[in-house]
Amino acid sequence: MMRLKMWHAPAAVLIATGIVLSGCKSPSNSASQSTGNDIIVGEYGSLTGPQATFGKSTDNAIQLAVEQLNSAGGINGRKVKVVTQDDMSQANNAALAVQNLIDQQHAIAVLGEVASSCSEAGGRVCQEKGIPMISPSSTNPAVTQIGDDIFRVCFIDPFQAAVVARFAHDGLGATRVAVFTNTDQDYSTGFTKNFIAAFTAMGGTIVIQKSYGGSDTDFRGSLTAIAQAKPQAILIPGYYQDVASIAKQARALGITCPLLGGDGWDSPDLIKIGGAALNNCYFSDHLAIDDPTPAVAKFVAAYKAKYGQTPDSLAALGYDSANLLFAAMKAAKSLTPSDIRDAIAATKNFPGITGNITINAQRNADKPAVIIKIVNGQFTKYMSIANPDVPLQPKAS
Amino acid sequence: MNALQILLQQTVNGIQIGSVYALIAVGYTMVYGVLKFINFAHGDVYMVGAYTGFFTITAILASRAPVFQGACALILAMVACSMLGLFIERLAYRPLRNGIQASDAPAWAIFWSLYVTLFLGGWLVNRSVLPAGLVYVATFAVSVGVMYVVMRRLFTTLSRRLKPSTDRLSALITAIGVSLLLENQGAASFGVTPRAAQIHGVNGGKDLYLPTIVAGHIKLSVGVGQIIVLAAALLLTAVLVYTVRFTATGRSIRAVSLDRDAAALMGIPTDRVIAMTFLIGSALAGAAGMLNHMLTGIPFDSNIGIALGLKAFVAAVLGGIGSIEGAVLGALLMGIAETFTSGSAFSPFKDAVAFVILIVVLLFKPTGLMGRYAPEKV
Repeated sequence: MMRLKMWHAPAAVLIATGIVLSGCKSPSNSASQSTGNDIIVGEYGSLTGPQATFGKSTDNAIQLAVEQLNSAGGINGRKVKVVTQDDMSQANNAALAVQNLIDQQHAIAVLGEVASSCSEAGGRVCQEKGIPMISPSSTNPAVTQIGDDIFRVCFIDPFQAAVVARFAHDGLGATRVAVFTNTDQDYSTGFTKNFIAAFTAMGGTIVIQKSYGGSDTDFRGSLTAIAQAKPQAILIPGYYQDVASIAKQARALGITCPLLGGDGWDSPDLIKIGGAALNNCYFSDHLAIDDPTPAVAKFVAAYKAKYGQTPDSLAALGYDSANLLFAAMKAAKSLTPSDIRDAIAATKNFPGITGNITINAQRNADKPAVIIKIVNGQFTKYMSIANPDVPLQPKAS
Repeated sequence: MNALQILLQQTVNGIQIGSVYALIAVGYTMVYGVLKFINFAHGDVYMVGAYTGFFTITAILASRAPVFQGACALILAMVACSMLGLFIERLAYRPLRNGIQASDAPAWAIFWSLYVTLFLGGWLVNRSVLPAGLVYVATFAVSVGVMYVVMRRLFTTLSRRLKPSTDRLSALITAIGVSLLLENQGAASFGVTPRAAQIHGVNGGKDLYLPTIVAGHIKLSVGVGQIIVLAAALLLTAVLVYTVRFTATGRSIRAVSLDRDAAALMGIPTDRVIAMTFLIGSALAGAAGMLNHMLTGIPFDSNIGIALGLKAFVAAVLGGIGSIEGAVLGALLMGIAETFTSGSAFSPFKDAVAFVILIVVLLFKPTGLMGRYAPEKV
């Protein structure tokens, strides 16, 4: 017996190590013993991985909201405990994380995710188990179409894409636009489809359409073809990490026109990686942090005091999602998942910091979008668009 | 832009990607040449090169002159990766090839001591008044010592009982294991959040770009980074081809690749020659990782080597696996094919094109473009 294939030992040990190490990276949770009386709310997010800055901002803001709630007396005297799981920006991990939150942690409501692919995976689990879920910032329509337990506090891609189309057409006066899509992201393909529909309906032309994949790092081939088509603007509805690389390579190839995008651009890393290549580019977002309204200023001050950095709009949405859930829990007849669900669905004019939120019949939030302009590496509010179907007044610049 | 300009620009883009593939593909092809197996961990060596470059320019030499940074990062990445390549060969492939022996004990003791230090050292640090660094070093030293003695004893016993593997499949599976180990250890050590850094030009922190190269009506955009990557790839490959063709080491490598047993009978130290090919191949992959990411600022994480490694492997097969010139040719062809496809209406099929070309070439020339027909000896 001993002789049998013992020379496989090195291979076996190494493979075992690989498996053990890959297994080691189990989702982290902020483990502290539940007192039994706490209300458990689950949160899943991309705390690491390609969309990590989104997940961290959202998580920070949710923790801030919980802290404020608990110090103000909690929900009917009971404290709320948020259990957080990292899905490493991967949809399959998101589903596992949500399963764990509901089955092992006994969460009665779930908050998350930012990336639509992850929210869809997590949302299906929530719907199946009858636990209400609020996505802070997933904009793909499919997320809330999963079922009546899934909500969101942000606008959806058809709206956002139409806003960007309206801005490109009226705000920039562009009639010839190129589109560069990440075909590995639901967010990007959905955005592209809706933008093209809205922009062509306004009389604009899509001069060229190119795509890239999630693991691509060199975009010059497609960008050279885009440069040849001489667009007045290029829509890149991707996430910051890709966008930053694309912008740099586009500028190197002599493409000078403005680049356009959506809320996936909103990250400090966009400028850290892309630098000057992104100056005078525009993207649609949920809120401008430099907006001088009292609610925004108060949130920005509290966030800065706790984390020592300026929040982004994803933090604002995370904050709104948590507060909307807490308000619904307070209003709910009882703290059962189905009563909480009904209370969330009945939300009208909730005063969020990203605007007044009304949950509509499709369980999405109705509210305006903001166009952000990048000026010398700073995100500055350029304009606000509430209804993309109405032509814009020409902006004096 | 006119058609000629597009053609030239896309060729330039393609050659740049191709030269990165080439630096990786050479390692695949060399190892295949001498051992007849695919070292799947090779793409992950590229990843380690990128991280070495990253930490060199962001932490070790953060505020130095760009040229100095670049040169040091390149040398450090090549050294670190060649050491890694050697270590992998010593730890995983040689025991499998020759049967486990007492001489394998040092590498094994060092490898497992790293993990012992990580876990036991971490536990001890919290329970000790001594400085953390000292605790770790002491744990490591004791662990290496104990493990060396134990493993040497164990391996000596085993080596009498076990026969070496003649099965290439087990080497292949081991390579996959090493690859997984490197990827996951990379994620655990460096985090899964992508990193990006770039060596900036001396001119006011601006990116190193030649704005355009103009000839008549044709304007080409070529980055300084692109030129350096290409130049480095050509230079390193030229040195390699020279070494393999015209030096004693090269003659040994060729002899081992022709017939390992016969080479051993002629007095060639085959194990040393094999270690040499791992060293050279890994150094080139490390250079590729550092150059491609630190000169262009492309973000990367610990899985960056998977896709690039796969493409470089295809390039090596396309060029004729075992042939160094073939690997370079295959890599450049693949890079150019990829950029032309992504510039065409078929852009979503960019990655598939590589495999279509591979299939077509192998249909007509099963040994690849520059591979030689070598009948299997039975």
